[in-house]
Amino acid sequence: MTVHSLTASQLSVGYGDTEILHELDLAVPPGKVTVIVGANACGKSTLLRAMSRLLSPHRGHVLLDGKSIHRTPPRELARTLGLLPQSPIAPEGITVADLVSRGRHPHQSLFSRWTRKDDEAVDDALAATKTSDLAERPVDELSGGQRQRVWIAMALAQQTEILLLDEPTTFLDISHQVEVLDLLTDLNHSRGTTVVMVLHDLNLAARYADHLVAMADGRIHVSGTAENVLTEENVRRVFGLESRIIADPTSGRPIMLPISRHRMVMKQDLKESRP
Amino acid sequence: MAGLLALLAALLALSCTVGTRDVGWADIIAALGGRIDSIGQAAVNVRIPRTLLGLLAGAALGLAGAVMQGVTRNPLADPGILGVNMGASLAVVVGVAWFNIASAAAYIWTAVFGAACAAIFVYVIGSLGRGGATPLKLALAGAATSVAFSSMVLAVVLPQNDIAGGIRSWQIGGVGGATFERVLPVLPFLAAGFAVSLLSARKLNSLALGDETAAGLGERVAAARAVAALGAILLCGATTAICGPIGFIGLIVPHLCRVLVGVDHRWLLPFSALSGACLLLTADVVGRIIARPAELDVGIVTALVGAPFFIWIVRRQRVREL
Amino acid sequence: MLSPTLDRIIGSRRRRARRHVLVVAILLVLVVVIFALTLSLGQSFTRPGDVVRVLLGENVPGASFAVGQLRLPRAMLAMLAGLSFGLGGAAFQIMLRNPLASPDIIGISWGASAAAAFAIVVLSLKGPIVSIFAVGGGMGIALLVYALSSRNGAAGTRLILVGIGVSAMLESFIAYILSQAPAWTLQEAVRWLTGSVNGAQLGQALPLLMAFTVFGALLLSRTRDLEALRLGDDTAAALGVDVARTRIMIIVAAVGMIATATAVTGPIAFVAFLSGPIAARIVGNRGSLLIPSALIGAMLVLSGDYVGQFLLPSRYPVGVVTGALGAPYLMFLIVRANRTGSSL
Repeated sequence: MTVHSLTASQLSVGYGDTEILHELDLAVPPGKVTVIVGANACGKSTLLRAMSRLLSPHRGHVLLDGKSIHRTPPRELARTLGLLPQSPIAPEGITVADLVSRGRHPHQSLFSRWTRKDDEAVDDALAATKTSDLAERPVDELSGGQRQRVWIAMALAQQTEILLLDEPTTFLDISHQVEVLDLLTDLNHSRGTTVVMVLHDLNLAARYADHLVAMADGRIHVSGTAENVLTEENVRRVFGLESRIIADPTSGRPIMLPISRHRMVMKQDLKESRP
Repeated sequence: MAGLLALLAALLALSCTVGTRDVGWADIIAALGGRIDSIGQAAVNVRIPRTLLGLLAGAALGLAGAVMQGVTRNPLADPGILGVNMGASLAVVVGVAWFNIASAAAYIWTAVFGAACAAIFVYVIGSLGRGGATPLKLALAGAATSVAFSSMVLAVVLPQNDIAGGIRSWQIGGVGGATFERVLPVLPFLAAGFAVSLLSARKLNSLALGDETAAGLGERVAAARAVAALGAILLCGATTAICGPIGFIGLIVPHLCRVLVGVDHRWLLPFSALSGACLLLTADVVGRIIARPAELDVGIVTALVGAPFFIWIVRRQRVREL
Repeated sequence: MLSPTLDRIIGSRRRRARRHVLVVAILLVLVVVIFALTLSLGQSFTRPGDVVRVLLGENVPGASFAVGQLRLPRAMLAMLAGLSFGLGGAAFQIMLRNPLASPDIIGISWGASAAAAFAIVVLSLKGPIVSIFAVGGGMGIALLVYALSSRNGAAGTRLILVGIGVSAMLESFIAYILSQAPAWTLQEAVRWLTGSVNGAQLGQALPLLMAFTVFGALLLSRTRDLEALRLGDDTAAALGVDVARTRIMIIVAAVGMIATATAVTGPIAFVAFLSGPIAARIVGNRGSLLIPSALIGAMLVLSGDYVGQFLLPSRYPVGVVTGALGAPYLMFLIVRANRTGSSL
């Protein structure tokens, strides 16, 4: 598996006159799981969209293997970089197999026919996401977790080395959230896929991330391992929340416990001063 | 309010003066007193009922539009866009062609019936599926229904050459050719429509908060909706029966009034009525000035002006709200 | 490595493709049959043998005029217009992911019609230059609607609503133009307001054929990209589709096709709107809707015209027939959508 590097350099992105990301630098570690967290409207979705060519930067570059992705033809880019956006639309009545096979789009040109390779890619994707038995069922009939697995299968059928996911676990039950995140970890371990995702749940992010990036106000506040990033100081800066960080006994990773005004034991441990 | 009334008065006067031939004040006063000695006075004599009709129609449409926007919580609701006017037209055309209705009262009842059917049809279509009656779905349902009804109007009218000449009047509305005799029968309907609509003001305020909140406040949502809608339908139907379909006044007026008086329907509704009257009279006067010696029907002027306004509203709103 | 699922996948894909081809073949045959029937049946019945002889250039007394001068031009025009409206309409509906977002509802047909009516009534033009006006009008309106709805890229919702507003404006503009021409016959007025193939001439079919071939090829070359667009703009972009460029190409092709047809027949009501949904019901998810929609459009116009001419108490132009039948089918679509719980 070839290793591809994805970097953002001095990236400034916005909509119209408003600038959301300010001169942001990010080097995505290849072959690892990177998770981006931050408060609402900090720009994490914008960053992901900019890194997948959905948005053009005002200034700065996004480089794939040193070449700007905005100078790469979209089809060629889609063979290396895959994105699962926030609200994908499934056409009415489409079956799982049909939807997953749409993932082969970047590998087919105007006159090409379906090859065995395409079919095998679809089959592999279904197997990897454990959705093979669902192949003939309409996507509308599936549960939230199953549907998300199918979308991931479609992105997998694209056979890209880098996979970006914009909030893949929002709106899912907790069991499905864990299901999806475990699946992504499987993919990362077995295929070496570089995974970059935006998560809103800080603790799940800390558990699953090899590289954790915390954003605030359109800039990267801090990035690194979960232990380095998930500190009480950082949580205060990024989320405006007082917290306690302890080691999660189940995963060994840090876990953030918010400090609220009510229902707290040991009031005398509350920090008095607030920034 | 006072400003608006003054504007209305000015427009009323203007409407009487302007036209193919301009007249002076002396003639107007004389004509009001019933004298038609000079050509000028005769011209005014023709214009007075026209002006009166314009006043009533404008008020009715403005008010109906405000009510519709309140009932559907949809900034794009308007009797023209939602196909209600076309439904009324179709009903009248069918009534005349197939059932030989002739009396003015019959015209109006038929129009009201047609308006009601169209409103129900479009609302049902627009509310099916995910999300209920979003502005987009209602507008689309209305547009599609308008096209369908428009074709049906042609289908009925074409073989009957005697009313075919009136094709124009059933596709585009106008207040030309108005006489007191034609205007009189519609007054009770308009009065009823005005009354029902204005009395629904409180209910519309509750509905604006959302069905669930309104129910929580003790409002009977379905009944309130139905009653308010009935008022709007009476107003549209009656107006279309006399003038043909005039669109966009119901759309523009409530938006402008909301800027002036806010969203309290107790103020919004009367203001909409007054502003509607002003707007329609203005459109009529403009139609008479621009195309001298012929005249542009009001329906055309309102469409040419109203559509850009509609587009402007669409651009201003955030997509999520649509 | 052969896995059982791989076999299943290949098998079901092949079956889907075969069924799609079968459906398209059936539709094609139906169109040909209806076309042939309209050539034979009319005020008088012409034997199929005679029809063929006339088509081959022979002079058959009693048939040459009826078939060659009356029925053939009409049928050709009807078929080509139907193909154009069906294909163009479906392309828009797929691209905007909404069956109600049809070019005849968002103003494009009206733009072409208004331009054509303007050219004929006000500028007293005739012939192919009217088509050019119509295409210009259609494109101009499409551009206007796109530009007016564009803020951070045209959101589909806003595009549709702006289109509705522009439609209303254009409709009244057309009514105004027509009212300013007192010598205008009712027939012409009806043509520009709802569409008709009355008075068809074979010469008019040629620009239609050319436009359909050129624009149709352009549109069909984007079939895969259109299919990807159904998944949402973001997902399509993620799959490597150049969304903006594809959109423009589809709009240009669809508008070109529809405007050229409108220049000749007027905006035949609802054909562009209904062809796609009808095709969707028949084809389902087995494949692209584009060609089936074109064929269904042709069927609608051909049979609508026949019905309007011979099967109703009075003679009606095809636009009135399709327009009036649009509403019940719309209701049917709605009821079905409600039952399956899907969104329109």
